[in-house]
Amino acid sequence: MNLALSDEQVFLREAARGALSRFKTLEGAREALDGNADALPDLWPTAKEAGWTGMLLDESHGGAGLDAFDAMLVLSECGRVLAGIALLGHLPATAILNDAPGGAPMLAELASGEKRAAYLPVSPPDDLSDTWSVDAARGLARPAAPLATASGEGQASVTGELAFVPDAPGAEVLVGVAILDGKPVGVAIEGDASGVAVEALTRYDSTRSLGHVSLKDAPATLLDTPVEALAGAWYLAQALIAAESLGSVETALDVSVAYAKERFTFGRAIGSYQAVKHSLTEVLRQLENGRSLLYYAGWARGGGPGEFPLAASAARSVAGRALDTAARTMISVHGGIGATWEHDAPLYFRRAQLSRRLLGGTAKATDRVAGELILQADAA
Amino acid sequence: MDLDDTPEQAAYRAQARSWLEEHKPEAPVLNGPGALEDEDQILAARRAWQGKLAEAGLAGVTWPKEYGGQGLGPIEQVLCNQEIARAKVPGILDTIGVGMLGPTIIAHGSEEQKTRYLGAMLHGDEVWCQLFSEPAAGSDLAAVQTRARREEDGSWRLSGQKVWTTNAQFASYGLLLARTDADVPKHKGLTMFVVPMDAEGVTIRGLRQISGEAEFNEVFFDDVAIDADAVVGGVGNGWGTGLTTLMFERVTIGLGGEGMGYNSTRFAAAIAGDEHARRDPEVRHQLGEISSELLAVRFTGYRTLTALQKGQIPGPEAGLAKVTIVSGAIKAGDLIADVLGPDTLLEDNEWSYMISFLPGLKSAGGTEEILRNTIGERVLGLPPEPRLDKGIPFSELRSKEKAAV
Repeated sequence: MNLALSDEQVFLREAARGALSRFKTLEGAREALDGNADALPDLWPTAKEAGWTGMLLDESHGGAGLDAFDAMLVLSECGRVLAGIALLGHLPATAILNDAPGGAPMLAELASGEKRAAYLPVSPPDDLSDTWSVDAARGLARPAAPLATASGEGQASVTGELAFVPDAPGAEVLVGVAILDGKPVGVAIEGDASGVAVEALTRYDSTRSLGHVSLKDAPATLLDTPVEALAGAWYLAQALIAAESLGSVETALDVSVAYAKERFTFGRAIGSYQAVKHSLTEVLRQLENGRSLLYYAGWARGGGPGEFPLAASAARSVAGRALDTAARTMISVHGGIGATWEHDAPLYFRRAQLSRRLLGGTAKATDRVAGELILQADAA
Repeated sequence: MDLDDTPEQAAYRAQARSWLEEHKPEAPVLNGPGALEDEDQILAARRAWQGKLAEAGLAGVTWPKEYGGQGLGPIEQVLCNQEIARAKVPGILDTIGVGMLGPTIIAHGSEEQKTRYLGAMLHGDEVWCQLFSEPAAGSDLAAVQTRARREEDGSWRLSGQKVWTTNAQFASYGLLLARTDADVPKHKGLTMFVVPMDAEGVTIRGLRQISGEAEFNEVFFDDVAIDADAVVGGVGNGWGTGLTTLMFERVTIGLGGEGMGYNSTRFAAAIAGDEHARRDPEVRHQLGEISSELLAVRFTGYRTLTALQKGQIPGPEAGLAKVTIVSGAIKAGDLIADVLGPDTLLEDNEWSYMISFLPGLKSAGGTEEILRNTIGERVLGLPPEPRLDKGIPFSELRSKEKAAV
């Protein structure tokens, strides 16, 4: 039994914290909301230098061959300071490419960070439906995954729409799942290929680069990635956004606790009042639950792959709610000042508001937890 | 990062497993066909079984060898618990004695006390109970009013009332926290005693709860004579001695959480069995939320074990896991009863007892509110609430309290 960080993992985390601390990420986020997008620091060079871009690629592909849990540690550090860094899109994409035994394009460039990939999020079937589905631009509909038509040896043309794809704008390659002859298959599509249109957008949180991706007969390289790994990329993305969210929760809690110790009303520090103290311990409770589930997801991806869908979805579910709770608590503990433009609390609130609606949303992950447990019960 | 046994742990597990397989036929049957029904028979069988487990080294695993234990760590205790659960045999009868009170005596008791009490406790020959809580002293445990008055010959006279006492009805001894000096602040005037439960003046009454069953007792002490050598840990040191017990209580609860049967697998199976519920978005959402948190607690337990394995002691944050388990199980009980309907509430229904038991469990081992205070102060470092009882002699507290209202 060992669910603790190794020395290497502690070092990885501290190094990430140090590297990101050199940038004014929060100030940049606020200025960008005012229309100055250039204020957002370019963190990709930092990711390249630190080796985060190749974390999930094998050493034979030029990567570092690290575990999903290591990537979660880095994403947590990004979440702490709301760093807008394109790893949420890049890492699941590289995982799909890494798991294609027949080879995949651009591996060395993606490992070094010279080129950037974005994951096209396609949600695997669940206990109620055998459809691979994507996020819609609006509403609760779950449109079907893009369709592929074979166009030559190892090649296909792909058609479909995917909304709110993290880090899609500017990605040199888009990697995801399409349906070919009724079966899911991995596809890699160059970002500037014919038939590929990426509409760049942000919503509410200036630090997240999103794109509506439209594919019309876009030429794709077919990947022989096993179906478990295609589904695994979705769950990896769930685990990564969970880790990122918990990093944000850590900061929100730290800042709120510090303020509750120094702000006095009626002759007492406000943190001495039960109403304040209990709401902060509730944030801690949800944070600790989320951390435990990151360990579960980190262990399951390698040690118990059959449980990875459950573990990653549970982590997303708990972390998503934790971030909602933490951001709202951060504002209310600070009183009126917490709701002002100059304060950092609104930046964490904006992060929470957008995150819970991306990659299927927190609610879809919660439903998946129920679905996975129902499947387990049926099998028992 | 792994969930695997080390080679030493695997060897220990294998040893426990083979003993349990060989001796399973000797274990008392408590459920299903052939189950014992008579309360006295059950008690006798469980005491005998505890004795066999102790002989085999499967009870008091963490106790020092000189007192009959194995001198092993909490990990081996957990492995042992897991193997007992896997073998589907009952564990020891006296978890409170062996898990909490024995370790307190090991830490604070005299050599005579250790020699006299520990062996019989470990083997189930003498069952123990914990006499701490009172009607007006639960979360605020240092407010106990049970008085022990010293006689001229050094012996004591005990008067007062204890409550929430598990196993008192068949216990041989109790570990009791009493006030021995009311003229000093409340934490300072306390002393811990060993009390024979068959002493004259001890009255035990079952305390029925929502389900109608009596898992707990009230215990009354009417001028009970206690020998001078019954003091554990020194006169006036009762608070420190009691904290040791509470620390072992946290460890015991932390290592036994899954054992309460409040887990996502069991709850999901109840929902999965209903064709409509398993497709209902609202039911699924609730099941997903509850289950995610309960799964988290399982891995919090593994994190706690990792810390124990490294020689660290779990802090009060382990108490958050209790909050999650209890609130999760309450929500699960409500959800399952909503799905399955009023028959869920029939007395012999699988869920009825759990639904009745949980509201009280919320306050067990300290109310949820006091737990959140403790965690807010010890873990987050938030300032304590101003209190009116600091530095004031216990005997003056009541009048101060009244003046403050």
